[in-house]
Amino acid sequence: MATIYIDNQPHEVKDGQNLLQACLTLGFNVPFFCWHPALNSVGACRLCAVKQFRDENDARGRIVMSCMTPATDGTRISIDDEEVKTFRAQVLEWLMTNHPHDCPVCDEGGECHLQDMTVMTGHNYRSYRFTKRTYTNQDLGPFVNHEMNRCIQCYRCARFYADYAGGHDLAPMASHNHTYFGRHADGPLESEFSGNLVEVCPTGVFTDKTLKAHNTRRWDQQTAPSVCVHCGVGCNTIPGERYGTLRRIRNRYNGEVNGYFLCDRGRYGYEFVNGDRRIRAAYRRQHDAKIEMPREEALAWIGDRLNRDKTIIGIGSPRASLESNFALRTLTGPEHFYQGVPEHEARLVAKMIENLQQGPARSPSLQDMADADAVLVLGEDLTNAAPMMALSLRQAVRQAPMKAADKLSIPRWNDDAVRTLLQDAKGPLYIAATRDTRLDEVATETHVAAPDDIARLGFAVAHAIDPASPAPSKLAPEAEELASRIAMALQTAKQPLVVSGPSCKSEAVIAAAANVAWALCRSCQPAALAYVMPECNTMGLALLGGQGLEKAIDAIANGAADTVIVLENDLYRRIDRAQADALFAKAKTVIALDHIETETTAKATAVLPAATFAESDGIYVNGEGRAQRFVQVYAPKSDIADAWRWLRRVRDAAGRAGGNDWVSLDDLVETISKSVNVFHDVPSLVPSAATRFVGQKIARQPHRYSGRTAMYANIDVSESQVPEDPDSPMSFSMEGYRGRRIPTALRSWYWSPGWNSPQVLSKFQEEVGGALRGGDPGLRLIEADPNSSVAYQDGAPAAFTPRSQEMLLVAMHHIYGSEEMSALSPSIAGRAPAPYIAMSPRDAARLGVTQNDRVEIAIGSFTSILPVDILSRLPVGVAGLPEGLRGAPRASLPAWATVRKEAQP
Amino acid sequence: MSERPLTQNLRPDGQPLTLREYEQVGGYQAVRKALKDLGPASVLGVVKDSNLRGRGGAGFPTGLKWSFVPMGSNAAHPKYLVVNADEMEPGTFKDRVLLEGDPHSLIEGVIVSAFAIEADIAYIFLRGEYFEAEKALARAIAEAREAGYLGRDILGSGYSLELHLHTSAGRYICGEETALINALEGKRANPRNKPPFPQVSGLFGKPTIVNNVETLCNVPHIVNHGAAWFKSLSKTPNGGAKLFGVSGKAKRPGVWELPLGVTMREILEEHAGGMRDGVALRGIIPGGASTDFLLPEHLDLQMDFDTLPIAGSRLGTGTMILLDDKTCPVGMVHNLITFFAHESCGWCTPCRDGLPWIEKTLAAIERGEGIPEDMAMLDKHVPLLGPGLTFCALAPGAMAPLGSALRYFRDDFEQHIREKRCPWR
Repeated sequence: MATIYIDNQPHEVKDGQNLLQACLTLGFNVPFFCWHPALNSVGACRLCAVKQFRDENDARGRIVMSCMTPATDGTRISIDDEEVKTFRAQVLEWLMTNHPHDCPVCDEGGECHLQDMTVMTGHNYRSYRFTKRTYTNQDLGPFVNHEMNRCIQCYRCARFYADYAGGHDLAPMASHNHTYFGRHADGPLESEFSGNLVEVCPTGVFTDKTLKAHNTRRWDQQTAPSVCVHCGVGCNTIPGERYGTLRRIRNRYNGEVNGYFLCDRGRYGYEFVNGDRRIRAAYRRQHDAKIEMPREEALAWIGDRLNRDKTIIGIGSPRASLESNFALRTLTGPEHFYQGVPEHEARLVAKMIENLQQGPARSPSLQDMADADAVLVLGEDLTNAAPMMALSLRQAVRQAPMKAADKLSIPRWNDDAVRTLLQDAKGPLYIAATRDTRLDEVATETHVAAPDDIARLGFAVAHAIDPASPAPSKLAPEAEELASRIAMALQTAKQPLVVSGPSCKSEAVIAAAANVAWALCRSCQPAALAYVMPECNTMGLALLGGQGLEKAIDAIANGAADTVIVLENDLYRRIDRAQADALFAKAKTVIALDHIETETTAKATAVLPAATFAESDGIYVNGEGRAQRFVQVYAPKSDIADAWRWLRRVRDAAGRAGGNDWVSLDDLVETISKSVNVFHDVPSLVPSAATRFVGQKIARQPHRYSGRTAMYANIDVSESQVPEDPDSPMSFSMEGYRGRRIPTALRSWYWSPGWNSPQVLSKFQEEVGGALRGGDPGLRLIEADPNSSVAYQDGAPAAFTPRSQEMLLVAMHHIYGSEEMSALSPSIAGRAPAPYIAMSPRDAARLGVTQNDRVEIAIGSFTSILPVDILSRLPVGVAGLPEGLRGAPRASLPAWATVRKEAQP
Repeated sequence: MSERPLTQNLRPDGQPLTLREYEQVGGYQAVRKALKDLGPASVLGVVKDSNLRGRGGAGFPTGLKWSFVPMGSNAAHPKYLVVNADEMEPGTFKDRVLLEGDPHSLIEGVIVSAFAIEADIAYIFLRGEYFEAEKALARAIAEAREAGYLGRDILGSGYSLELHLHTSAGRYICGEETALINALEGKRANPRNKPPFPQVSGLFGKPTIVNNVETLCNVPHIVNHGAAWFKSLSKTPNGGAKLFGVSGKAKRPGVWELPLGVTMREILEEHAGGMRDGVALRGIIPGGASTDFLLPEHLDLQMDFDTLPIAGSRLGTGTMILLDDKTCPVGMVHNLITFFAHESCGWCTPCRDGLPWIEKTLAAIERGEGIPEDMAMLDKHVPLLGPGLTFCALAPGAMAPLGSALRYFRDDFEQHIREKRCPWR
């Protein structure tokens, strides 16, 4: 700790900080622009000036930039000194010479750091009397709007985009007061993290283009803490609603998970909530006609059907909440509850969880991953499968070289100096995948191979670290050498990390990753083991258990059951069409609960309108094993309800409810915690719905929410009833508590007087850029046992041998298009590729095809015709089939397929 | 031993000396002496003792600068020596004379200086518009490499040095050493924050010394003739002779090598031939555009690093710009500020947005559209664009002529505003 004096008052601050960090952590209002807690200091904007004094006798002092000045013991500064206040106001006046007076029509208005800083510095009279500089804007694609005239040249955008996120197509151009931030030409921003520009930009240069289509001011948005549903990383989000439509997603800071950022899929995938495929009323199907049913009628009808039917089976879903899956499991009984994923995929997930539960390697948070100093990725294309993990690894590769800065006593916050020193130095990152990945550009070495060979490499690395770990047979000398280089890098690291997942659909890959991490734990130091989970609640569903989808189909096929309840799941995305068709053909009744129309709802006997994440409460468990609560953002106007609530009603209607059953969400969570041991502590995630804060619920609407009495006056001049929220201690109102006592898991409103932009976060953190005060939300369900003596896993496969007549199909995941819900958002759909089949140049030559030629693919009886995409870095004998793209064929992978040039018609 | 070591070889026709010609007049002896007899520490010692101060404008002691470079077996390599040949300061044209007329003297200076800091690679960062210098340097470098003065194991000493010529894409800010380094790395020419200084983390993050052309050209002579000799060239405790220049309405504008400490009057009257007939001297910018105006009453001041600051200005590059009574001082300052505003790199706010505002204000005053409040606006900006408040020295440099003009020629500004016109038009 160091003691610094601010305006003559002593304060204790952490060692190694700069004055701006120290002042903000202490709660002082020091204005700033170019500094960002994740991007650190460069000293460009000159706004964070304070006056520094040599000692207590120095009355004159000199102005320094607080972001560039270390807060060393005995430092004396003044924030309130008149001269420095004048200077800060002048900095604002300079910036405002060119800033347009367009706040009323600027989407940033009301959450604009420039507005806040202008007010904070006291600059209020414009003496500049000349013309303003103007720019031409660019079309940057469907995510981000560009309005360069508003630019104050803080360089944050380029520093985030290029330096932090590794983007190549946004940079400062030109010079002096004509410096321009944009692309070399119009076109979509290529980085998967471009949407963060919206929050990184301190003013309205980069704004959310999807919000623009239905713009609503921040103070008019009703929000609640939420969790992203578009992959298994579980980033924390703040969705905003007005007039029953979801308007946007904003980052919700969680120091352990996503920090300040989101990926573009997570930020822009939300529009499915407002889409025309939403199911808003219950209906049954009679002779292909949809007959809508009001709630009570629907329940009576379904209750009647269920009473008549023999056995009900439930098909759960990795995209439904823990509560909904559990409610279905309760309704059908655990023996009739099936995970809504194929047996093979359920087994892969179970294997990953088992490895995390039983082995000595800890599952890391995203923050832990960013702190790793040596990384091995086995079989994952992280930028597409778990984008925020890729962003973490882009920070991790800086960890090892960073020691050079420490050696020269260059503080890590001195970003420009650190980057100057480090140049292109990257710490060890080894990637073995079935194809080239975006992260390859920061990797030490990459290895493109078939899944079996990736597993073999992993086994070899583990064996090189600990000879007790089984070795693969007959490894090629080059692979052996690569394995020993990887082993060496991991062994000499302080915080080694192994990342793997189910993308190769290979148990051997998953086992190999565990062996590497365990070997490190046993022979060197604690290693982290991260597994990619494909969907937002893959982990939660798997922890509940249940058999695979094929078993459900068998149960229907062999007559053991005749009624199916499908929870938020499109079976046609999970299994082969023939299998899914068989289920619908044989089942007497299929009741589907979902929020969007799918092929499954199109075949269901009856459909109940489930709520999306934005209209419901629940828990998702992310790949780290972190249970996270998402809270309903707004009350839908129709019969739409949480799936677990529907299932409770269905139980009542069918007369299947037990005596001591749950009714409320709190009861349900309590029941889950008592029924499944791993969920024992989940009731502690958030306070019960009955909790009051200073006698009130927490307000979802900001204190400046406008139009409360008028917004529905065109329908009814009486002010409409505020909906009740029985599930959480939050109100659908601007009335309620919004103070300091809100638990972090229930906080979506970050505001402090004078701080309306995302920069307010420092007021809510233990220290700037650190944990939220009160603890980062979420509950880790799985903790490794460092002393675990679990045996290494066998199963190193034989080397992959290409076949002459067939190709091995592997899955290719796309950040835009592969995930079901986000692909329904027009902005994301606009960036999704068209279906294709990828193959190496050698295979293309063998088949006599060139780029975009069409080929026939046959797996058993299944055939499809797709254009060829020739990828230079794909193993020979392996073909890539994109996952989940609209219009792409679905096949259970991996599979051997015959591929041949399409016969000319 | 010449009293004008830097310019002794220059030929009236301006043609550069070939390697053979340069060797015939004693060239590359310093390389032999340094590499074979002295060793790095001794070279550093003699340069330190000589009081050689940087000739690029800041006047930082060269030996002291070198002494910050980590030496010995633990030092990071490659280490770099970079020649700042990006001479773009308005009114400054002294390095050009050396570059075009005696390129080998620079190369020799580079080799000896690089040896002193155990540099592995040297770059000459040359102003892009110096076409003649580029030709001369390219040929001289090739000759020197051919003769074994560059490359591996120079003269069998075991010391190796690569020298590359880089021609700038052209920004004034590249004259700032850290911006120059960024440009050399292929990045935007924005200055870097100091510390860390380039001596520790410079080009490509490695220890780097950036020296001005004229500074380096002095080094072989210091090595050959010693520190005492070098100090004796000067009329003041500042060591050495220096290139001085005059531009403006003098009879014979030009550049001359003279002892440090020579008076401005001697330079103007004896070497530049005094003012042209019909014009009178009103002010002097003594050392390139980013130094403060001085007045005719200061003409007897000695031109050196320590004397001019007493009168509120700086030696800078030692090249004087004259303001005469037939030239509008507001127009002259406007011209300079236009240059500085245009050459701002756009990194820090005061420079990027402050200078254009000043430029527009001065333009308005010149057009006859000035308002009385403009004087307060200009007065306010001079200290606010001062040292420490901006990221680098560009804007403070720009404020030097403006601040001093407001001090010395205030009536002229006020007359413009009062009469709503430029009295010189």
